[in-house]
Amino acid sequence: MATERHDPATGRATTGHEWNGIEELETPIPRVVVFFLTVTTLFAIGYWILMPAWPLGVTYTKGLLGIDQRDVVTRQVEDAAAARAAWTSRIAGASLQEIAADDTLMRHVRETGRTLFIDNCAVCHGTRGTGGPGFPNLAAKAWLWGGEPETIAETIRIGINATNEETRVSQMMAFGRDGILDGTQVRAVAAYVRSLSALPMGAADRAQVEAGKAVFAANCVACHGEDGRGSTEAGAPDLTDAAWIYGSDAQSVFTSIYSGRQGHMPHWEGRLSPVDIKLLALYVGTLGEDGQ
Amino acid sequence: MISGLTVSERHLALFVLGALALTGLAMAVAGRGDPLAVHGYIVLVFSVGLGFAVLSALFDPEPPESRLSEYYDDPTRAGIILSLAWAVAGMFVGVWVAALLAWPELTFVDSAWASFGRLRPVHTSGVIFGFGGNALIATSFHVLQRTCRARLPGQFAPWFVLIGYNLFCLIAATGYLMGMTQSKEYAEPEWYADLWLVVVWVVYFLIYIRTLQRRKEPHIYVANWYYMAFILVVAVLHIVNNLAVPVSFGHAKSYSLFSGVQDAMTQWWYGHNAVAFFLTAGFLGMMYYYLPKRAERPIFSYRLSIISFWGITFMYMWAGAHHLHYTALPQWVQTLGMTFSIVLLVPSWASAGNALATLNGAWHKVRDDATLRFMMVAAVFYGLSTFEGSFMAIRAVNSLSHYTDWTVGHVHAGALGWVAMITFGSLYALVPWMWKQERMYSPKLIELHFWLALAGTVVYVFAMWNSGIIQGLMWRTYNDSGTLAYSFIDSLVAMHPYYIARAFGGLLFLCGAVVCAFNVWMTIRMARRARAAEPAGDVPLYGKAGAAPAGE
Repeated sequence: MATERHDPATGRATTGHEWNGIEELETPIPRVVVFFLTVTTLFAIGYWILMPAWPLGVTYTKGLLGIDQRDVVTRQVEDAAAARAAWTSRIAGASLQEIAADDTLMRHVRETGRTLFIDNCAVCHGTRGTGGPGFPNLAAKAWLWGGEPETIAETIRIGINATNEETRVSQMMAFGRDGILDGTQVRAVAAYVRSLSALPMGAADRAQVEAGKAVFAANCVACHGEDGRGSTEAGAPDLTDAAWIYGSDAQSVFTSIYSGRQGHMPHWEGRLSPVDIKLLALYVGTLGEDGQ
Repeated sequence: MISGLTVSERHLALFVLGALALTGLAMAVAGRGDPLAVHGYIVLVFSVGLGFAVLSALFDPEPPESRLSEYYDDPTRAGIILSLAWAVAGMFVGVWVAALLAWPELTFVDSAWASFGRLRPVHTSGVIFGFGGNALIATSFHVLQRTCRARLPGQFAPWFVLIGYNLFCLIAATGYLMGMTQSKEYAEPEWYADLWLVVVWVVYFLIYIRTLQRRKEPHIYVANWYYMAFILVVAVLHIVNNLAVPVSFGHAKSYSLFSGVQDAMTQWWYGHNAVAFFLTAGFLGMMYYYLPKRAERPIFSYRLSIISFWGITFMYMWAGAHHLHYTALPQWVQTLGMTFSIVLLVPSWASAGNALATLNGAWHKVRDDATLRFMMVAAVFYGLSTFEGSFMAIRAVNSLSHYTDWTVGHVHAGALGWVAMITFGSLYALVPWMWKQERMYSPKLIELHFWLALAGTVVYVFAMWNSGIIQGLMWRTYNDSGTLAYSFIDSLVAMHPYYIARAFGGLLFLCGAVVCAFNVWMTIRMARRARAAEPAGDVPLYGKAGAAPAGE
C-alpha cells in the first residue's frame, strides 16, 4: 500500500495502486457472496453424499440413495410398457377385423397411429397421407395392392421393391425406351389411357384413342386388365380412377409409358414392432376420414 | 504500417512468409485431388501477397527511435477492423442460416456449400473466432501495454499473431464450405489448421508473458489475469481436444485420438471451457479495463475480482459434463458437472455484480452514454446467462432443455447480450483513442446501434425460450394411450413462428453491427482527413505532442 487514498464518491479506501487511471476499492467481499458460496457448496457436498459422485480408482462413491440412472431409465421404460400393455396386448392378440370393430381399441389406434405415421411415413406420404408426385395418396383409397387391413399390414411389413426377402415386386416397363413401342404408339396409348378416366384432351389426342386402344389390348392388359382397372395381384394401378401417382397430364402419362416406373417403399419388419405395424395398417385405413 | 517495422523485422517477416509460402506449396502438391490442396493454394497466395506488401516497403528508412517511447498500436487498429469485418460477415451468415431454418425451401443457391450444415459453422466460427477472437487480440494488446506501462517487446510478433490467427479463421471458414470438419462443435477445423493455431497461440502467450515481465507497475492488473487465463487455457483446451491422426500428410481428413464417451467428454470439456475461457475470461478482461475507464470509476472491489477470478477458473474446469446429462457418460461425472456448475453461479454473479457496482456514482453516464450503456447491459446479460447456465446444468431442468432451442437461446443471451455488447462498448471507447479523435464519428449512430442490438437480442432470446420450452414439452407429452402425443413434425410446425421471430431478431442485431462498422469507418476517415490537413513535415506521426486525447 503506497499511500492511503480514498474514492471521493463513496469515501472508500482504494488499494493504493493505479493502472493508467484505473483504481480499485478495498471493498470487502460482500456477505451475500460468502453466504451463497457457502449454500451452494453445502448443496454440492450434500448431493455428493446422496448420489454417485467421486471416482475411486476402478469404482466410484455410489451415494447413500443408491440411485443409478441406468436402473432408473430401465424401470421407467418397463413401467411405461406395462401401462401400455393394457391395450397393446389386446392389439397383439386380436385380429385386425376385431380391432376395427372395437371403438376403444380404435381410439388408441387413432391416437398412437397418428404419431407413428407422421414420424415414419410422412416423409413420403405427407402428414395427412395425401402423398405427392411419385408417392401414392393413401387418403384417396386407390390401393395398388389392396386396401384390406391385412393387405396394408403386409405391404408395410415387406415393402415394395424393397430389400426384404418377401418384398412385393412390381415394375412398369419402359415401353418406349426399350423399343417395345415406337413414339407414335406410346402417344396413342397415352391418349387411350387418359380417355379411360375421361380426362380433357384436344382433338389431335382424341383422334388417336382408337389406335391406342389396340396398342393397349396388345401390351397392357396383362397387368392393367382389359378394362384398365388394374390388378392388386401385380400392384398395377387402376387407370380409370382419379388417382395418379405420377400425374395425369399428357406429358406425365407419356413419360410413364415411355420410360417406365418402379416405385420403392421400404419394408418395416424389424424396424417397427408387429403391434406398431398393426396400428399403422389400421390407421392408414382411417386416412381421409373425418377431414383428417 | 510496414515501414513502422525495423529493417530486421521486415527481413524476419519475409523469411516467415517465405516459409509459409513453401508450406502452402507443399500442401498444394501433397494434397493433389484433396481439399487440402485448395488450402495449400490459399496459404500460398496469402503469404505471397503479404510478401509483396513487405517487399514494397523493404527499403524504406528505419523507423525513428522515438517510436520506442510510444505504445505499439498498429496491430490493435488492424485487429479492430478485422474484428468488425468478421462481425458483419459472420452475423450475415447467421441470419442466412436462421432464415434457412424458418424457410427450408430458401435454398436459392442449390449447391452443397450453401447447405445449412456447412454454413452453420461458418456463422459460429465467424462470430466467435473471427469477431470475438480478433476483438480479444486487439484489445488485449491495448490493455496489456497501458496497464503495464510497457511497449510490446517487438513489432513483428504481434503482427504474426494477428495475421496468423486470421489465416486460421480463413482456412476454417473455407474448409467448412468444402465440407471439411472434424465434427467437433467449435473445434471443426482439421489437423493442419489446428497445428498452425498452436504456433500462433504460443507466440501470443510469449508476447503476453514478455510484456508482463517488462511492466513498470508493481502489480499485474486484474484484466491481465483474465486475458492470461484466456490465452493459457485456450491453448490447453485446443491442443488436447484436437489430438488426432491425419489419414496422411496429403489428406485433410483426420481421426480423433478419442472415441465413444471419452470423445464426447473431451469435446464438452473443451466446449464448455471454450465458453468459459474464450467467451468469458477474455471478455471479462475487456470489461475490467474499458468499463472503469469509460465510467471513470474505480473497480468496486479488488477482492471480489480476485475471488471471482479463481472461482471461475477452478469451477469451470469441472462443468463440461453437464452437456452430457442422461447419456452413456457415467452418472458420477454428470454429478460433478452439475454440482460445480451450481457453485459456479456465485463467482459469475460476483463478477457481474462487481461490474455493476463499479458504475455506482456514474449511473448518469450510463443514461447519457450509449457506449457505457453497452457495457452495463453486457454485465446484466452476463449475469442473466450465467444464472440460466447454472439452472440448465441441473439434471432435472436439463432433461427438458437439452437438445431444444432453449440451449440456442441461452448461448445467444451470452453471445449477443454479453460477448458482443461488451465488445461493441469497448470498441466504441477504443476506436477514438486509437485514431486520436475526440469521439466517434456519430454518437447518434452508437445510440441507434445500442437499441438495434438490445432489441435484436431480446427478440432472439425470447423467441428461442418459447420455442425451446414448447419443443421440450411436446417431446415429453404422452397421450392417454401412454404413447407420445406429438410427432417430431408437429414440434417443427409449432416452432415455425419462433424461427421467423429469431431470424428477425438476428437481422436487427446484424443491422446494428453494420451501423457500427460504418461508424468506425467514418471515424477512421475523419482521422485521415485531420491528418491530411496538418502541414506536411518531416516529423513522424508517432510522438506528436498533444495528438492523443488524454487518458486512454
